[in-house]
Amino acid sequence: MNNNLFTYCLRLGDNGLILSHRIAEYCSAGPQLEEDLAITNVGLDLLGQAESFLKYAADIKGGGTTEDDLAFKRKEKEYLCVHLTEIPNIDYAYIMARQFLMDVYNYYLFQKLTASKDTVIAGISAKAIKEITYHLSRSADWIVRLGQGTDESHLRIQTAFNDLWMFTDELFETDEIEKDLANKGIGVDSSSLKEDWKNKTKEIFSQAGLQTPTIEKHSLAYGKFGSHTEYLGFLLAEMQHIPLLYPDAKW
Amino acid sequence: MMEDSKKLEEFQAKIDADVKIEPKDWMPEKYRQNLIRQISQHAHSEIIGMQPEGNWLTRAPSLRSKKILMAKIQDEAGHGLYLYCAAETLGVKREQFLKWLHDGVAKYSSVFNYPTLSWADIGAIGWLVDGAAIVNQVSLQGTSYGPYSRAMVKICKEESFHQRQGYEIIVNLANGTKEQKQMAQDALDRWWWPSIMMFGPHDADSAHSNQSLKWKIKRESNDELRQRYIDKTIHQGEHLGLTFPDENLKWNDKTKHYDYSPIDWDEFWNVVKGNGPGNKARLAHHTKAHNDGAWVREAAIAFQEKQKLKSKIA
Ligand SMILES: [Fe+2]
Ligand SMILES: [Fe+2]
Repeated sequence: MNNNLFTYCLRLGDNGLILSHRIAEYCSAGPQLEEDLAITNVGLDLLGQAESFLKYAADIKGGGTTEDDLAFKRKEKEYLCVHLTEIPNIDYAYIMARQFLMDVYNYYLFQKLTASKDTVIAGISAKAIKEITYHLSRSADWIVRLGQGTDESHLRIQTAFNDLWMFTDELFETDEIEKDLANKGIGVDSSSLKEDWKNKTKEIFSQAGLQTPTIEKHSLAYGKFGSHTEYLGFLLAEMQHIPLLYPDAKW
Repeated sequence: MMEDSKKLEEFQAKIDADVKIEPKDWMPEKYRQNLIRQISQHAHSEIIGMQPEGNWLTRAPSLRSKKILMAKIQDEAGHGLYLYCAAETLGVKREQFLKWLHDGVAKYSSVFNYPTLSWADIGAIGWLVDGAAIVNQVSLQGTSYGPYSRAMVKICKEESFHQRQGYEIIVNLANGTKEQKQMAQDALDRWWWPSIMMFGPHDADSAHSNQSLKWKIKRESNDELRQRYIDKTIHQGEHLGLTFPDENLKWNDKTKHYDYSPIDWDEFWNVVKGNGPGNKARLAHHTKAHNDGAWVREAAIAFQEKQKLKSKIA
């Protein structure tokens, strides 16, 4: 089995899996019906992307492994999502800030992945980039709207970004697995996305009248390498509940 | 007065000729009030109904079922939106409808006050609750008020998918392990009677029914619709080896319909009056979401105003 490719697909799949789960938690709690609809759309896209990557990972692993086995039956340390996706739905400002930061990242990542020499990854990414382009335009609109809306919305969205900023470092962290796949033209070295990401967030922040928080190096052990926030365990306990309780059942 | 009775005659003639009534047309005040009540109640049901299903969205046991359930709940939000829009054509704003909901003035379908206690309940809701809703909504496609009728046509296109996804969950469970089959039976036991009650009181006891039928707001009576639902559902359950919780349920060769036991109207009215297991929690959830979102809606309006001002200056 190609271990590097397997790990890489888990990272891509888990980001979508966990972020879409957070969106699922927000079901029927949006500020208005139009937002319930729109945010669920995003959640559905992310869940679909996760399913595709986990299915590919399951195929690589072989031995009858399914995408559901990977989604529901791994240990916490075996999930490889970034910390940002694990952050709870504190309020609408945090939800949109989290989404925007991930959308910008995914936008540049998947643009590159559409050119992957691995045809499965290229195929999934070609579909995903269309979805992500819409996600980004929606979340960027909201960042501007909240930044320029009322004093309260400005304060709330700025606070959310200030709090979440420490988790953005991880997005550009790279390792031997990524470097290997990047060299082969299959994957992307995350550190190569940083310039574009910084410029885009700066552009939207300036439209929104928001301050870019200062980057400080944090002493975090990262999610993409299997070390998580305290939040993830609870999320998994809920998500894995039925498959673990009825290990023999099919659904 | 003379003019009014003439208008009323013309109005009834239009109804009798199956001409749709449109928002700008003259209509009796009672017709308007009746529609405001019914359409908003229908809209509230769509959005409150998101909660019992959302309760299991984070515990859906497979990626596929999670995707389907998420899409289904999203559809219901869309249905709510269509219906609020249709109701707004009668001169009341959505904010007001929501206030009536939160104040307990407006009702929603009582069935959503029952708890979802297992994954099988998600199947039962799709199979039975959406299954009952479809019967009602197919009939309402022929309602006399144009915007309501068109909303129903759009909604019906999506509803059959809802019923199928629910039934598919039940089929899987009924063919699964012993525990899964028990789960399906337990869900049927709990959801069967509430789904039958969704059609409301018997025709003889229904406060709004006669006038509604005359104005073609409703096209068929509660009991007719209820019977159609029961008749189409029984074989779907028996086919899977599930038992309906009604010992008097049997095919009547004379009437060509299923007979069933008397409905427990005490329970029905008790839940309608707010004493169901979930009434308080459902309303509290919706009210909280709405209040928590106030600053977001205010920001969106403020931003829009600023943009307008900018484009005026420019
Ligand atoms: Fe619906
Ligand atoms: Fe439905």
